[in-house]
Amino acid sequence: MLSAIQFTPALGMFLAFVALTLVITWFSARKATGSASYFAAGRSIKGWQNGLAVAGDYMSAASFLGISGMIAFKGYDGFMYSVGFLVAYLTVLLLVAEPLRNAGKYTMADLLAYRMSPRPVRAMASLSTLMVSVIYMIAQMVGAGGIIKELIHVEFAPAVIGVGALMLVYVVFGGMIATTWVQIIKAVLLMGGAFALSWLVLGKHDYSMTKFFAAVAHADYAGTTVEKNLLDPGMKFGAAVNPYGPLDFISLALGLVLGTAGLPHILVRFYTVPDAKTARVSVAWAIGVIGVFYILTTFFGFGAATVLPIESILTPEGKENTNMVAPILAKALGGELFFAFISAVAFATILAVVAGLTMSASTSFAHDFYSNVIHHGKENRPGQEIRVARITAFFVGAISIAIAIAMGPTANAAFLVGLAFAVAASANLPVILFSIFWRRFNTGGAVAGLATGLASAVILIILSPNGVFGKTGAIFPLENPGIVSIPLGFLGAWLGTILTKKDPESEAKFAELNFRAQTGLGSEKAGSGH
Amino acid sequence: MANPQTPDWETLAKMPAFHELLAAKRRFIVPATVFFLLCYMALPVMIGYFPELMKKPFIGKVNGAYAFAFSQFLMTFILAAFYMRTAKKWDAMEHALLASIESKNA
Repeated sequence: MLSAIQFTPALGMFLAFVALTLVITWFSARKATGSASYFAAGRSIKGWQNGLAVAGDYMSAASFLGISGMIAFKGYDGFMYSVGFLVAYLTVLLLVAEPLRNAGKYTMADLLAYRMSPRPVRAMASLSTLMVSVIYMIAQMVGAGGIIKELIHVEFAPAVIGVGALMLVYVVFGGMIATTWVQIIKAVLLMGGAFALSWLVLGKHDYSMTKFFAAVAHADYAGTTVEKNLLDPGMKFGAAVNPYGPLDFISLALGLVLGTAGLPHILVRFYTVPDAKTARVSVAWAIGVIGVFYILTTFFGFGAATVLPIESILTPEGKENTNMVAPILAKALGGELFFAFISAVAFATILAVVAGLTMSASTSFAHDFYSNVIHHGKENRPGQEIRVARITAFFVGAISIAIAIAMGPTANAAFLVGLAFAVAASANLPVILFSIFWRRFNTGGAVAGLATGLASAVILIILSPNGVFGKTGAIFPLENPGIVSIPLGFLGAWLGTILTKKDPESEAKFAELNFRAQTGLGSEKAGSGH
Repeated sequence: MANPQTPDWETLAKMPAFHELLAAKRRFIVPATVFFLLCYMALPVMIGYFPELMKKPFIGKVNGAYAFAFSQFLMTFILAAFYMRTAKKWDAMEHALLASIESKNA
């Protein structure tokens, strides 16, 4: 296998990125002492830095590879992911970021455990965090496997294992500081790549927007297919393609707009800044960067359908090679070196996002489950929490690798991410919002909300056309569970609360939580807390 | 932290200045949230159930569907900018509130 690896420019650029990030990891490891440093980067990340890191965490392989591929094949309907991914940040900005920063320590469960009986709530929150992270990670791994195969001609399975191993180095040795810097570098590179790619596409249309949109409206894959108007909606979610299409689309949209504010690896980012104001500034930065990036998907998504022959973006078996459209476009427009750059950026993206996901999953397991559920919030020995987090990182990585290999390289990364969003929106968001805004909310409600949201989303995915019964035998007709599972998550949290008896302690603590969440009094300070 | 002992949160939460802060936040956040959710969810509804209408040309070859999608980006940028501006006023209220608590404790 190893003898088949050729030294290409892409491999060179990728190795340069890995070397750079490993140096950062090494420096972070020397600086990092104690839990607040390992799990929350000492709460000393600046607003713009965290904004870029949030953007880096978010603009994943799914966004770059998955969406550009989906737009190139399905046109407008693929672009809907771009819209939803951005608008979702309004939910984060308006409802979640600041209270969460004010009232928490390392994880989303800190906020929930504040008022509730900590053990059941943390156990459930930890389970749901692991679930979302693993689904999201599988999406990244699938994208990674495909790109490495093109990049250094290694087969899918060893490629996925290689990504997993590298990611573990960042997480295990560098913790949150290293992960943050990997994200920042990657976000800058990705934006550079997206601009360059868009510019080259526009160049094909004489740098004229009018000509560009005219070409998209008569897209024929460089003359290799009959013309179609890719700006017209309906190729994926249209009622003509699938009678449940429009409803599926609404379901997807709900999952996207409400899911981001429940993604554990995004939420943990707000603990790395000194205070709620900085958390707010970092969301604003993230919105700017992410917004521009998704607008650019117009060019390298639709644009691909105007300049690439259809055979070049199909697999040898004739399937749509959705995750490879962006790199192939780069090769066609910018040559071998630009292909190398875009591939290296895509690869860096995957590595960085996977590291971020593993970080949040292992933090949650170590902090919520191990320390607080098993050991009642007392650390036996200093550093135990970090040690458990490192061990968890291995297992989370291994499980995701195994499932990614089982699913194979043609699963669309954007679709898989859409599912992770639906689970996050159904399980996590209802309990986060009720904890912050509802006095009566209690332990029964939190556990019931997390359990119903998580279970309904996962079960509906299993029963969906993409699940175990396939397209024909599907019991649940929609691919996206959000429209059913999100209301069920809220309903579960509400019913669980009103059907269990009033919890005077939780209500008394609400005054405290509310005051702290809204004013920041007594919040975790930079450089504090072990 | 303003107070080395555990503050009396019930009393703090009853302060009129705190209620003013909450009300001020609510006045912006509730309508803004309702607005952006309706605005965003109108997109899949319009696309899914009125596709022919959305396929009509808007500017040149750009149809209503793309124009509506693009407007969501602008909506997000503008609403976020409004939020950042309004939140500065809350910061001032919060600062005054925390200062008054500190002076009482001193």
